[in-house]
Amino acid sequence: MLYTYKFFCTRESLKGIRAFVEATLKLYVLSEILLNQLILAVDEICANLIIHAHHCNPADTLELTIENTNGDIYFEIHDRQQMNFDWQAYQKPDIQELVKTGRKGGMGLLLVSSVMDDVEVKPEGEGSIWRLHKQIEADVKRPVA
Amino acid sequence: MQVNTSAEDNYYRIALDGELDASSAIAFDAVLQEAVETGHHHLLIDCQRLTYISSAGLGVFMSHVQEFEEKKIQMIIFGLTTKVLNVFQILGLDQLLHITATEPEAKAQLNALHL
Repeated sequence: MLYTYKFFCTRESLKGIRAFVEATLKLYVLSEILLNQLILAVDEICANLIIHAHHCNPADTLELTIENTNGDIYFEIHDRQQMNFDWQAYQKPDIQELVKTGRKGGMGLLLVSSVMDDVEVKPEGEGSIWRLHKQIEADVKRPVA
Repeated sequence: MQVNTSAEDNYYRIALDGELDASSAIAFDAVLQEAVETGHHHLLIDCQRLTYISSAGLGVFMSHVQEFEEKKIQMIIFGLTTKVLNVFQILGLDQLLHITATEPEAKAQLNALHL
């Protein structure tokens, strides 16, 4: 089953994105912590794209899809306008260095890479797809009736 | 998200109510900055009603660690729910901040640090 959510590139969209992920994943019995981690990962990527790639331009839109295939959850964030990040070249920041410099940013992608099993960014036309994967079979006791 | 502040005894309490994300972190940062600028040195961050935190929220806390150390400002975070605490733990930030489970523990730790 594929679930789709389209949203405008504003910070205010983040609340709706999280609500969509939560509502979709509540079809399965996940631990509260895992559910929150998955919501967090999607929120971080969407926030990065909205703020840094699209500069909070409300005329721009992105699309999120969620698919569960036998316990493998895939989140895809489709940006049809920009190819904006080389995940392979991403270097994890040093937390102590962030503290020393007082920098506010830099932890989002670190959180994503910590909680997801796989992350990739692929070109799609003139844009890109962020694809996040998490194996959750062990946590899915049963679909909620 | 709502940010409520109150001064009590020797403490300055900042209570977070709702979701601390890339949209609301700016407001929290402004409140924290204002607390410092008005001379408060003992900050209690009440997170009992904080339902979500993203890296933007974590970034607000972490960006002040060095500054607070230099200015001898103590900040204790208390009342984190299990799932919110887990977000701090993912990157080990719970080891770099002062976090307690309850308000009395937070006040006790603040007093201990102050002494």
